[in-house]
Amino acid sequence: MVAVRQREHRQHFPRPGWVEHDPMEIWANTRRTAAQVLADVGGSGDVVALGIANQRETTVVWDRDTGRPVTRALVWQDTRTADLVSELAARPDAPLVAERSGMAIAGYFSGPRLRWILDAVPRARERAERGELLFGTMETWLIWNLTGGPDGGVHVTDVTNASRTLLMDVRTCRWDPDLLDFFGIPAAMLPEIRPSVGVLGVATALSPGLPIAGALGDQQAALFGQACFAPGEAKCTYGTGSFLLQNTGTELVHTRSGSISTVAYQLAGEPVHYALEGSIAVAGALVQWLRDGLGLIATAPEVETLARTVTDNGGCYVVPAFSGLLAPHWRGEARGLVAGLTSYVTKGHLARAVLEATGWQTRDVVQAMAADSGLSLPALRVDGGMTTNNLLMQFVADALDTPVVRPMVGETVSLGAAYAAGLAVGVWSDIEALRRNWHRAAQWTPTAARAQALSAEYPKWERAVQLSIAWGAP
Amino acid sequence: MSHSREARGPRGWPSVRLVPGTVQSVERAAAILQVVAASGGTLGVTDIAEAVGLAKTTTHSLLRTLLHVGFVDQDRETGHYAVGAGVLRLGSHLDVNELRARSSNWADALAARSGHAVRLAVLDGAEAVVVHHVFRPDDSAQVLEMGATLPVATTALGRVLVAHSLGSRPDRTGTGDGTAGPAEVRARGWATDRGEHRPGRGCIAAPVRGSGGLVVAALGINGPVTALFDGRGTPRARLLGMVTDAAAAVSRELGGGGA
Repeated sequence: MVAVRQREHRQHFPRPGWVEHDPMEIWANTRRTAAQVLADVGGSGDVVALGIANQRETTVVWDRDTGRPVTRALVWQDTRTADLVSELAARPDAPLVAERSGMAIAGYFSGPRLRWILDAVPRARERAERGELLFGTMETWLIWNLTGGPDGGVHVTDVTNASRTLLMDVRTCRWDPDLLDFFGIPAAMLPEIRPSVGVLGVATALSPGLPIAGALGDQQAALFGQACFAPGEAKCTYGTGSFLLQNTGTELVHTRSGSISTVAYQLAGEPVHYALEGSIAVAGALVQWLRDGLGLIATAPEVETLARTVTDNGGCYVVPAFSGLLAPHWRGEARGLVAGLTSYVTKGHLARAVLEATGWQTRDVVQAMAADSGLSLPALRVDGGMTTNNLLMQFVADALDTPVVRPMVGETVSLGAAYAAGLAVGVWSDIEALRRNWHRAAQWTPTAARAQALSAEYPKWERAVQLSIAWGAP
Repeated sequence: MSHSREARGPRGWPSVRLVPGTVQSVERAAAILQVVAASGGTLGVTDIAEAVGLAKTTTHSLLRTLLHVGFVDQDRETGHYAVGAGVLRLGSHLDVNELRARSSNWADALAARSGHAVRLAVLDGAEAVVVHHVFRPDDSAQVLEMGATLPVATTALGRVLVAHSLGSRPDRTGTGDGTAGPAEVRARGWATDRGEHRPGRGCIAAPVRGSGGLVVAALGINGPVTALFDGRGTPRARLLGMVTDAAAAVSRELGGGGA
């Protein structure tokens, strides 16, 4: 890595459950940070291509003539479409969605958000039908602006982002007319679906002749950056939430156990590679709650210090279903709980239970994936802030009875975008060259005794999860 | 609080009272901290400026500085200031897990660039304890050494820690690295071992400074003696530069300057 620039953009919370970003701010920040990076490396001379990785499912609609969004972007955490989604899911033709898109209807994906915007913004639908309004996820918005915006901007999306809309046929990787009908989305506003690795346009707004040669959703970018190119290879990013993706090769896996099938990546001219995905809503956020909500620690890493004041969880379990549970349960009504309290339990036990919650949730997801794919997990590649937590990483290894490995480059999302772009323009000859770039910085190996003990303990966690679902039931 | 009634500002908060021979901005910052602490996080810059009797711009720049060093926090919604975690941590030692988290990017980069394993250690009584370990980037089988203890007398990491430990002055004997005593280790900013701990294996280490400049840890690379040193036992300049640069970078990250 030769240069890093970053800039935070504002989070808008206009109502409970609503989360918005200003697309103009994101574009301005992107243009500025990209220009700074180009300056940092001494101009664009040595820069051969640009890659993009973006937060997935965030939805923007804008005017193609003015380049102005019709409303702020609806962010992936936004839950305003809950009622709309229940209505849609109750329709008799609803099973079509899972069958074609590979994913069950949920407010988590961008299709319902797009529908919400079309319903909420005056005249939006008729203008969209006339082709005056464009839809995009964040990479589409940025590519359109980078390639000229109203002045000849290219309107494209990468296939991994498109797979998160509920509007794409996950087998053909084309917009599906029946799904568009179902959600009431005019085809005229949709971007063209392109491979993740391949030239998408020229970033004239940054530098003449600089190709945009790769785009991936952030979790797929991390999978790519972790060099998980073979079926069975998997990565888990431990951030505020956690995202576990396992490469399943070129055959789509039918899921029944609570993981979802998604597009992993596609190289131009090659078949699509698929992945199973398990999303965990609350991982690092639970440690933040221990810090900010309870004030038990001053900084997030101190949770390990507190947890090490005891040798086990003292019978305590924390289910962090702050706003429901995602994979593999998909129970929006579940609410968090602390189970097994006795007067013996101290804040040290609570800290340990907080860390273990992330480990147990990883096991939930890995089990669901194993049931769906039938693939064994040779090792789990990890990245993200929580990987500096030694106690947690060892717990994950023991809970999964699988080695956990951390790569030398922690910025796997950016690395994946750079890999995609570099591969497209020939910086690397093939994915084997990328694989050779991956180096192990640390490995946590399970011990048989601990793995056995945790397997015996796992049913208690499962019971705690069932209780959290029951607690939230209407 | 030892302020007299006369020294209080319009709202009863302590106001700035200059005493000859003192540093004005430190006094002002202290008064601001007292106001912020007493208000329980309910005041913005205008109220604080009024309370301490300073211009709003002066108060603002003092608050920015206090925010930068972590002595105050600012609520993003209201703009109100509260006492920051940095004040709470005053007087307590740096948490080793915090240290690992904040050094991780630099330790990874050091391993990737040098091609050698990286370890970060802190002093615990009479031993050095490994708190972070990055594998040698060759994908060979290696075992995490976190929590392992090292003798301070025969390892570069231990020698750096002892040379800078408060209890070690004036110089103790036997903790130099053969040619260098603790005073020299302090002066030049690095230490080595060349097979004294494990035959054929060596280490180059440099101090990591925490907030206030105290040495809180030692960061080093370890590998074959022949790879790390030339024929006369001098550390290879390129590797030594990487180690001291990485230690300086972690020190900056911790607010301990670049030394």
